[in-house]
Amino acid sequence: MSESHTSTELYTKQPFPSGYAKVGWGLTAVGLALVVVSYILNTERALFNNLIGFIFLASIAAGAVFYLALEYAVGAVWSTPFRRVTEFLGYLFPFVIIFSIPVLLNMHTLFHWSHSDAVAADKLLQVKAPYLNTEFFYIRNAVIVAVWIIFFYAMSRNSLIQDLTKDQRITKTNIKLGVAFIPIFAISISLFGIDWLMSLEPHWFSTIFGVYFFSGTVLGSLAVITYFVVDFAEKGLFFKGIRKDHYYTFGALLFGFISFWAYIAFSQFMLIWYANLPEENFWFIERWENGWKIVSIAMTLVHFWIPYFMLVARPSKMSPKNLKLSAVIIVLAHFLDLYWIVMPMYNSSPVFGFYEAAFPILSIGIILLVISRRARKYNLVPIGDPKLQRGIDFRL
Amino acid sequence: MSNSNVLYALTATFTSPDDIIRAAENVRDAGFKKFDVHTPYPVHGMDDAMGIKETKLGFVTLVAGILGAIGMILFIYWISAIDYPQVIGGKPYWSWPAFIPITYEITVLLSVLVTVGAMIAVFFKFPNVSHPLHDTSFMKKVSSDKLGISVQAVDAKYDEKLLREIFKKNHAESVEPVYYTEEFISFKPRMFDPKFLLLLAGVAIVSSACGYISWNKLAFMVPYDWMMEQDRINPQSVDTFYEDGFGMRMPVEGTVARGFMPYPYKGKPDDAGKYLVNPLLPTKETLELGKKKFLTFCSPCHGNFGDGDSRLNGQFPNPPTLHSDKVRNWPDGNIYHVITDGQNVMPSYQYQISREERWAIVHYIRALQRSQHAKETDLP
Repeated sequence: MSESHTSTELYTKQPFPSGYAKVGWGLTAVGLALVVVSYILNTERALFNNLIGFIFLASIAAGAVFYLALEYAVGAVWSTPFRRVTEFLGYLFPFVIIFSIPVLLNMHTLFHWSHSDAVAADKLLQVKAPYLNTEFFYIRNAVIVAVWIIFFYAMSRNSLIQDLTKDQRITKTNIKLGVAFIPIFAISISLFGIDWLMSLEPHWFSTIFGVYFFSGTVLGSLAVITYFVVDFAEKGLFFKGIRKDHYYTFGALLFGFISFWAYIAFSQFMLIWYANLPEENFWFIERWENGWKIVSIAMTLVHFWIPYFMLVARPSKMSPKNLKLSAVIIVLAHFLDLYWIVMPMYNSSPVFGFYEAAFPILSIGIILLVISRRARKYNLVPIGDPKLQRGIDFRL
Repeated sequence: MSNSNVLYALTATFTSPDDIIRAAENVRDAGFKKFDVHTPYPVHGMDDAMGIKETKLGFVTLVAGILGAIGMILFIYWISAIDYPQVIGGKPYWSWPAFIPITYEITVLLSVLVTVGAMIAVFFKFPNVSHPLHDTSFMKKVSSDKLGISVQAVDAKYDEKLLREIFKKNHAESVEPVYYTEEFISFKPRMFDPKFLLLLAGVAIVSSACGYISWNKLAFMVPYDWMMEQDRINPQSVDTFYEDGFGMRMPVEGTVARGFMPYPYKGKPDDAGKYLVNPLLPTKETLELGKKKFLTFCSPCHGNFGDGDSRLNGQFPNPPTLHSDKVRNWPDGNIYHVITDGQNVMPSYQYQISREERWAIVHYIRALQRSQHAKETDLP
């Protein structure tokens, strides 16, 4: 406390604990076994869960690119010392593509609009066909993911080069990339959510769905980032002199996005509930009847009320233990959110079994593996970044 | 400061934020409690350096917010479920999702207003506006380009020698004591000072008078009343333009509105039965039109199949069945007459159902009757 305004010692790379990789391999093995078993026993159910897992990984990776771009675009300094964790999450993209393959090979099982006979018998689907057809779907989503990967790769590569060269011009280049990426992300994440989630029920539409998916994405991604940042900081893997101020920023942003998600989710629900139009309200009725009521209420609890009250007070935003716990709850809530969106299309009443656990276990295992692999290879702190010292000295 | 007599504080000014932070830390570590730091811009980390505890203002906000939320929910509940229950969009009286936005707004509004009010009245001790540091050279310096610290003389540990040492160690630019005159400055809360209460009352009276005048007088003066005072006939009032005093005019005698066919058999069911002939052929389209209109207008009382099994559950007398011999033996014109002119408690439907639709309904009723009294020859 007495040296609060003086600069800290420079970061020295420390051996990365092997525990992450061990747990990661264990979870990946268990998850993979469960996935194989579920594909053998019930392919359709496994496919729906595969879609959830795919969207989860994609949203974590895309959200990470968004935070990367955001930090550069707005000139944030508080997040600079911890930016590497965000960058590491971008390496999930290869797994996103792998996860998407079974889904893309079985479009007919998941997407009603991909059946040409269904489209022929349905006026509404015919009208939507210029957008909702398999060819355009493939092209669109290939372009979206490619753009995410290109921006991620450019920014994170620049950042890694800066570690060696300490060239300040790289930051300028990345600011330009970040500013360019934000409007692209706004459009692409909306289209991604509409394509993979909203089109599961092609008759339904919600004009706020893109924002809804965006809010869940950035919240889930921020929760993963927060968990690893706090965990690494507790293990002393970052620089010395991490203060409550640093934790507070993550707690406050997490709190903000929890409220944002609730605001958007409630707006979507209330407007549809109030207008009560049959072409809109059936989506919520499906998620209220046949036992879905419990899932819907549980989601408001774990996605909003519990983490909200866990983080509302100022000291609780600074407590590492509390931050980690609420981050874990939010990651699970993000899974539940996707489950709540996707699974009513599989079964009219909620089903929980090892099928539903398979992909979350696998995804979390993969995240741990990716993080530990990257953290072993690269510096955990971007030592060449000109904003680094200001980030380390960050004060509320 | 020549005419001041009581020592308020020892002050020191510094030139760099590093110095003032270190000075504040030293003062804090020496055990002083009543001291303050004045800087022309926020210095990050000062809270910790001064050892300031977290403000209690947050609890005021929390309580006000909870009160706002609960109060508003109860208020809307009382309005829309107890005092003035109204069905809106088929929703129950207590339709809470619709009340969330306004509850949210009131929660924010009340917590903000109470927080600002509490900050001014309780924490800043309004209406005490004078402070010993006001109008001193120290305050002039620290509000332009210097950073200052002031340690109050009433502090239990006040020790001028120690303080001067601390300040000197941290490169203080100037150190000077500040005095004040007790008769000019009072530290007592003056919230309930009669003068202040009188001022509050005066403000309340003036503002409510302004409100009263503008909403009850000004709004009814020229030109604000032009919207109200237009040349028009209000409903239920006498028109002075026409001799008969009616605002709405009757059609000229002997004329008919376009597309309107007068009905000559009003009150004469037998004539209608005798002279009227169904102009429509019982085609598929006619029967479908008749079915649609029958289900819309007739079925609530007569039942979906004309059996007189009303869906009104006794709120209205059930009509007799349409499959009785009497109705079956009526000519088409007679049924048409009943729809057009009404019969017993059944009102006239000539304004709801067009002529063509009425004839289509007649065809549909015939079809219904035949379905209940099918002959052998009807079998395929």
